[in-house]
Amino acid sequence: MHSEMHPEMRPDGSDAAGSTGSGKPAIRLRGLVKHFGDVAAVDGVDLDIADGEFFSMLGPSGSGKTTVLRLIAGFESATAGTVELGGLDVTKAAPFERDVHTVFQDYALFPHMSVLDNVAYGLRVRGVGKKQRRERARRALDTVQLGHLGSRRPTQLSGGQRQRVALARAIVLEPRVLLLDEPLGALDLKLREQMQVELKQLQRSLGITFVFVTHDQEEALTLSDRIAVFDAGRIQQLGSPREIYENPASAYVAGFVGTTNLFDADVSSRLLGVASEHAVRPERLRLSGAEDTEAARDGEIRLDAVVTETIYLGAGNRVHLRTDDGIELVALEQSTGTRHDADSAEHRGDHVTVRFSRADVVALA
Amino acid sequence: MSTTSSVPDAHEGARNDQAPAPAPRGPVARPGSRLLHRWVWLRLSLLLSAPLAWMVLIYVVALAALLITSLWSVDSLSSEIDRTWTLDNFRTLIENEVYRNVTVRTVGVALAVTVIDVAIALPIAFYMAKVASPRARRMLVVAVLTPLWASYLVKVFSWRVVLSEGGLAEWSGLGSPGYGLTAVVITQAYIWLPYVILPIFAALERVPDSLLEAAGDLGAPTSMVVRSIVMPLLVPGIVAGAIFSFSLTLGDYITVNIVGGANQMLGNLVFVNAGAANNLPLAAAIAMIPIVVMLVLLTAIRRTGALENI
Repeated sequence: MHSEMHPEMRPDGSDAAGSTGSGKPAIRLRGLVKHFGDVAAVDGVDLDIADGEFFSMLGPSGSGKTTVLRLIAGFESATAGTVELGGLDVTKAAPFERDVHTVFQDYALFPHMSVLDNVAYGLRVRGVGKKQRRERARRALDTVQLGHLGSRRPTQLSGGQRQRVALARAIVLEPRVLLLDEPLGALDLKLREQMQVELKQLQRSLGITFVFVTHDQEEALTLSDRIAVFDAGRIQQLGSPREIYENPASAYVAGFVGTTNLFDADVSSRLLGVASEHAVRPERLRLSGAEDTEAARDGEIRLDAVVTETIYLGAGNRVHLRTDDGIELVALEQSTGTRHDADSAEHRGDHVTVRFSRADVVALA
Repeated sequence: MSTTSSVPDAHEGARNDQAPAPAPRGPVARPGSRLLHRWVWLRLSLLLSAPLAWMVLIYVVALAALLITSLWSVDSLSSEIDRTWTLDNFRTLIENEVYRNVTVRTVGVALAVTVIDVAIALPIAFYMAKVASPRARRMLVVAVLTPLWASYLVKVFSWRVVLSEGGLAEWSGLGSPGYGLTAVVITQAYIWLPYVILPIFAALERVPDSLLEAAGDLGAPTSMVVRSIVMPLLVPGIVAGAIFSFSLTLGDYITVNIVGGANQMLGNLVFVNAGAANNLPLAAAIAMIPIVVMLVLLTAIRRTGALENI
């Protein structure tokens, strides 16, 4: 499917078959550095993104993830390092010379054109005939279920619809790589979840590489094949969602992706007898009433604690605890019982027993 | 818990019997404000009556007076104004070749000034809005605005000195066009330039950078981005700037007096007839010409739909 989609699309005339079949990564970044004045927005990034991968760049604002995306698209020029697309060095190439397309955070739809003309713009630039480009634009709009709105102006569309137009405008050109810069950031939660599913389906059916920039760790976890967690212009950890979540490499990653109980060297040495940082996820903690006096089993840690706060989350409770020797913990309890057993939930001030397996404790670098 | 005060107190816990009674909080009686809040029309009419009165007095009444005056005539013997309705003034304007020539000349100068100003303003505004750093942008805005603080006469006389025989233009080796229509066009283009730069700059500033990036991202080279994205979005700004420079040049008579040599523009004819020739009705009729030209122009611009995408 992939090789069918692109044959005529290489703007530079290089062979499509060679770059897709040879196992070269869709994107290869080497020693990428970008300075804005004195600030190093990107500070040495090496990265290979495979063909057909759904790749997320996750991090807080200012972590450099968007700058990396803009360096790949060509909107910024690298201070040092190289950008390769399909084996081709494009570090010095202008955006219009690169076979990647971007879906912008603010959608960047042209306000003076109809939706159809917006989608057809890239084809018009390439000199595709009017009839053919309208037909292809209409097909792209159908892909995002907006075939009936082609004659509208962008201002007459809702946020979710504009988002889809921006997607259609990029995929109509059948790029090998689609760059998405926080594309769902401006949508409300329900629409966001729906668009997440559609994005994933779209990526699977088109078989192209998606590079997805987000600060939403849940979004990154649910959508991605792989995630790069950014901080201070560098990749802090690279791996599958499961690896990132279950085996965070550093306190930073553990804290940014999901909530976590972080044990500093002092607490670790008291609990585990090892004086280095450790972490355990809240859902790994098991709570039982104070009447549970059974000693810790093999490979288990048992602590007595007082509930300092219980927060109702709908699907469960988040319970904040303080152990008798002053360690603050967070536990996540799923509602497993029947609807009416609300009384079984822990209340503020309750004495409880906390147990978790040593195997669930992750040693951080 | 409950106290004698009807005012709810957020600091219930801090309440102490020895403390002095708190000052009454809550709604304060302001009957005027309440009245204004209730009656929207009252609010609106208070807000708008002064500017509306001003507008009616300055624009509508003045224009009507101008139109009425142009329909009177002057008794050639007594030089008294004859207040009987007549179209004689307009007949003179149409039949006398001088008025036709001056009208064509004035519109031509205004057109030349406008074209030159737009051509100069576009790159400057683009640099200000999209290329310059925020600091440089502020400096440039100030630089564009500063000449507006200087006296009009000072600026025109400066140009007179520059363009004079043996003046700066000749001395610099560029050569001087001498006093005449070219000098008028140069001087007027200089004087009205800020009025053209600013609306184009404002229109450009409203175009998000991401639109330009998106166009480039979709494969458009810079020239195509300018042609298909920037220019269409700039039309309202360009039209606004062009209307400024065109209408301001259309009504000017001082510049042409100072650097225009023997040439006359419509403004001069108005000035001469209202003053030395003592023919106020004819002056009023001549003053109607630029108004009609502007009305025709604005209607034409509206017809093209250039202002619909604002």
